Amino acid sequence: MTTVSAISQAGPVRFWDRLNIGTKRVIWAWGFLALPIIFYSVIRFYPTFQAFWLSLTNWDLLRPAQFIGFANYQKMFADPLFWKVFQNTFLYLIIGTPLSLAISFVIAFYLDRVRFMHGFIRALYFLPFLTTAAAMGWVWRWFYQPVPIGVINGFLSTFGIPQQPFLRSVDQALISILIPAIWAGLGFQIIIFMAGLRAIPNTFYEAARIDGLGEWAILRKITVPLLKPTTVFLVVFSSIGFLRIFDQVYNMTTNDPGGPLNSTKPLVLMIYQTAFSSYQMGYAAAQTVVLFTILLVVSLLQLYVLREKQ
Amino acid sequence: MLTKTTLAGLAAGVSLLAMGSAQAVEIEYWQYVFDSRVQAMDQLIEKFEAANPDITVKHTTFPYADYQTRVVAAKVAGQGPDVVQLFYGWTDQFVNGGLIQPLDPAVFPHAEIESEFFPIVSAMKRGEDYYGLPTAVRSLALFYNKALLDEAGVQPPQNLEELIAVAKATTKVDGGGNITSVGITMDMAGQDHQWWREVLVRQNGGVPYDEEGNVAYNNEAGAAALKFYTDLQTEHKVGQTGFMDEGQAAFRAGLAAMTIDGTFRLGAFEGNPFEWGVVELPADANGMRSNYSSYFANAIGATAEGEELEAAQKFLQYISSPEAMEIWLDEVGELPARRSVALTEENLADPILGPFLKGLEYAQTTRFYDEAAQRQTTIDMVNRVLLENQSVEDSLAQAAQAEQAIIDQGRQ
Repeated sequence: MTTVSAISQAGPVRFWDRLNIGTKRVIWAWGFLALPIIFYSVIRFYPTFQAFWLSLTNWDLLRPAQFIGFANYQKMFADPLFWKVFQNTFLYLIIGTPLSLAISFVIAFYLDRVRFMHGFIRALYFLPFLTTAAAMGWVWRWFYQPVPIGVINGFLSTFGIPQQPFLRSVDQALISILIPAIWAGLGFQIIIFMAGLRAIPNTFYEAARIDGLGEWAILRKITVPLLKPTTVFLVVFSSIGFLRIFDQVYNMTTNDPGGPLNSTKPLVLMIYQTAFSSYQMGYAAAQTVVLFTILLVVSLLQLYVLREKQ
Repeated sequence: MLTKTTLAGLAAGVSLLAMGSAQAVEIEYWQYVFDSRVQAMDQLIEKFEAANPDITVKHTTFPYADYQTRVVAAKVAGQGPDVVQLFYGWTDQFVNGGLIQPLDPAVFPHAEIESEFFPIVSAMKRGEDYYGLPTAVRSLALFYNKALLDEAGVQPPQNLEELIAVAKATTKVDGGGNITSVGITMDMAGQDHQWWREVLVRQNGGVPYDEEGNVAYNNEAGAAALKFYTDLQTEHKVGQTGFMDEGQAAFRAGLAAMTIDGTFRLGAFEGNPFEWGVVELPADANGMRSNYSSYFANAIGATAEGEELEAAQKFLQYISSPEAMEIWLDEVGELPARRSVALTEENLADPILGPFLKGLEYAQTTRFYDEAAQRQTTIDMVNRVLLENQSVEDSLAQAAQAEQAIIDQGRQ
C-alpha cells in the first residue's frame, strides 16, 4: 500500500522536474490562457454555432427542433417587414455614426481649448453616457408627447408653431429616436477624441505655426491625420452601437413596438419580437445570423477603408 | 428490558412515520407573479390543505415575462407542475407541446361545466376534451370621469350615438386647436383592439372570424367598424391616438372623459383623485351589445399520474369551486367564472361590478394564435388610415391578409 502511493506521488514530481525552464513557462502560460479560452468556447463560441444550426430549424420552444434547410432565410428575404427593418437599421447607422462623430469632434476640439471650468463642462457632456438607456428613453418619450404634457410641443405652441407628431409620425419617428441615441453616446466619444487630441505632440503645432500655417491648414494637415487611430476606433465602435440599437427604440415605443407602421423598428427589436413574443426561435436565429454577418462585414469594411496606408 | 421496549417503540414510531410520508402526496402549483393573485392562491391552498390533510401543495411563481419559457423548460426536464395556470390564448401551444392533459370527464363532467360556467369556457375545449377551468374571468366596460361629464352636463352613454355626443361635449381644445382633454381615449395597444374586433365589427353586422377561425372581417361590416373608430379622431375630433401616451394614463390624469378598459384596471383606477363610474359597453342603434372576455385557466400538467393526478384533480376541483371564486373576487377583484356565483343580486347591484357582469352574459372570446402579433395588425390598420391617409377599405384588406398569415402560421 505505502509503496504504491509513494510511487504515484513521486511520478509527477519527477516528470515536472525533468522539464526545462522554457517548457515550464509554456505550460504555465497555457494554464492561464486555458481559462479564458474555455470560458469563451462555452459562453460565446458554442452558442454562436448553435445559433447557426438553429437558424436551419423550425424550433418553437415547445416541439423538438426539425431541420428545414434554408426555409427561414427564404421566408425572411421574401418578407417586406424584414427589408423595412433592414433599411431602418442602416438609416440608424448612416445618419447616426457620421453625425455623432462630427458633433463629438467639434465639441472635443473646442473643449480642449477651454480652460475655464473645463472639468465641469466635460463631466456635463459625459453625464448622459452614465444614464440608463431605459430611463433616458422614457424621459425623451415624454418630451415628445403632444400637449398638454409634451415639453417640446408645449414650447412650440407658445410660439404659435403647430404641434409636431414626433414619435407618432412615420416620417419623424426615426429621427426622434436617433437624437437621444446620439446625445447619449456623445460623452464617451468626446472623452476618447480629447485623449486623442492630447496625444498629438505639441511640437508639431509649434513647427507648423513657425512655418506660418493657418488654423484650418493645421486642422487638415496635422490634427485630423494624426487622430486617425482614434477615429477608426470610434467609427467601428459607434457603428456597431447603431447597428445594435434597441434600448432607446424599445423604451420609447413600447405601446407600438418599433414605432407606427414599423417606422423605427431595428433588426434587434425584430429578433426580440420573433423570439420572445412569437416564440419562433428558428426564424429569430436566422435573423441573428444576418445581423452577425452585417456587423462583421461593416466592421471589416471600415477597418479596410480606414487602414494605415504603408 | 426498558431499552428493548424503547427500541421497539422507536421502531414502531419510525415505521408509522414512514407510512405517513408514503401517504402524503405533494403536488406543485404554478402561476405567474402578481401580488393579489399569489396571496389569494396561498389562502386557497391553506383551506384546501386543511380539508385534505394527506395532500400538500407547493406554490411556485415566476415573473410573467418568462412564465411560458419556464413551463416549457420544466417539461423538457421532466419536472413539470401538476396544476398550472395558463392564459386561454396559450391553450393551443400548451396542448400541442404536450404540456397539459385533458380533464377526465368522470371527474369534470362536461354537462356540469357547460351549464355552470359562462359559455366562454368553451375556449378551453379542443375536440371532445376540456383542457382547463378558470377561477375568474375578465370583461370590458366603459369607464367615465364623473366630474368631466357633470361639467358638460351629460349622462354616461348607453349607445354608440350617445357615445359620440358625450365625447363631443366633453372634449376640450386650446386656442391653437390642440386637444387638451379627450372625450374618449383611442389606444389600439390597450383594449380598443378587442372592442373593435368583438364588439364594433359585430354591431355593424359582421363577425371577426368564421367557424374555422379564419379572418372574416374584410367586408362592409369591418369597414364600417373601422370607419367608426377612425372617425373619432378624423371626423368628430373627440379622441387622438397617442394622447398622453396611453389611454389609461390619460384617464388616470383626469384628461379623458371616457375610456374602455377591463376588470383588471379596477385596482389601478381605485386611487384616481376624482369620482368615476362604469357602464356597459355602448349598444348599437338596435340595442345590440357585445363584449370581450378573457381569462386565465388552471390545467393539469402532462406529467401528473397516479396519486399525484388524483390529488391534482381534487385541487383543481377546489380552486374552481364556488367558495374559491368568492375568495378570488374579494382578494383579486376578478369576476367569478360560474354563473351562480357571479350573477348574485348583490354583485349585479354593485355599481362597479354590475356592468362587467352584465357584459359577461353576451361576451365573446377571441381565439388568438399570437396575441401580440394579432394586436399589432389592428394597431397598424388604424395607423395606415390616420398617418398615411390610406382608405379604410384598403387598410382593412391589408390587415385581414396580415392577420390571416399569422393564423396560418400558428396552425402549422
